[in-house]
Amino acid sequence: MQIELNGKPHAIADGTDLVQLIAALELTGKAVALAVNREVVPCQLWAGRLLAAHDKVDVVKAIGGG
Amino acid sequence: MNMNDTPALSADAGLTIAGKTYRSRLLVGSGKYKDLDETRLATEASGADIITVAIRRVNIGQDPNAPSLLDVVPPSRYTILPNTAGCYNAADAVYTLQLARELLGGHKLVKLEVLGDEKTLFPNMPETLKAAETLVKDGFDVMVYCSDDPIQARMLEDLGVVAVMPLASLIGSGMGILNPWNLSLIIEQSRIPVLVDAGVGTASDAAIAMELGCDGVLMNTAIAGARDPIRMARAMKLAVEAGREAFLAGRIARRFAASPSSPMAGRVG
Repeated sequence: MQIELNGKPHAIADGTDLVQLIAALELTGKAVALAVNREVVPCQLWAGRLLAAHDKVDVVKAIGGG
Repeated sequence: MNMNDTPALSADAGLTIAGKTYRSRLLVGSGKYKDLDETRLATEASGADIITVAIRRVNIGQDPNAPSLLDVVPPSRYTILPNTAGCYNAADAVYTLQLARELLGGHKLVKLEVLGDEKTLFPNMPETLKAAETLVKDGFDVMVYCSDDPIQARMLEDLGVVAVMPLASLIGSGMGILNPWNLSLIIEQSRIPVLVDAGVGTASDAAIAMELGCDGVLMNTAIAGARDPIRMARAMKLAVEAGREAFLAGRIARRFAASPSSPMAGRVG
């Protein structure tokens, strides 16, 4: 099924939770934060939080800025 | 500050924001450096305790093991101040800082900036006030980039923000302190820290801000864009310290008349 990841279409398997999504992106253990449909999901709640088709997911990190 | 050579002088008490005291009154951004090594060295040379960062979407597909900003500016050593640079409305700014709070493990101190347009990067004050109100209610300690308008600064203070940060001139312009009189009005009325955020071009600008009585200065481009950013970081550290000392010491009054420094009595001529 298709979700929107950081503004772009992204294919994932049905039944993917947020832990699996982050693992598939090779971001496990990295300093990132995640929101689904503009609701921040704390990392303790990623396990078992399933994604639905057309969900809009943002994965962000800190970069240089003033 | 090193006061070893002048033991009679007490050290500056430091900058207290939201109940926490920081040794340095210089806050620096982490953008526009040529690489992360330069970021690290300039940040160290600045002596800053508080470092601003931007929050951006991860580039999916990019090497996930590439070094990241927080490796060279670690939260264990610095207070990381996430900003909302690039946000043009209150909703985006609030969302960005909610993500930042999660990213930084519940961290509450944030820098709010809601921009008005790309040409001036001037703050959109109605949206800034709206976002500030939401963030304060949500438990954030909010430092706010704002116009140098004392009325708007007071409105922000009344909403419960922890610091107001008026621009001295346009972001990245290096034009220096263009309206010291407005800054002085804000400093005089405020019971929370006032920091100049934006517009500093060189060390004397930072010193002037501190001599006016600002509690601190936040800058990025003036350091990162200098020919030698690491040396400029050190220059800014010294300028902020010198300006603060001059403010505490109390400058002489300006008068258009000469006054000899040496006594007239006992001249041999």
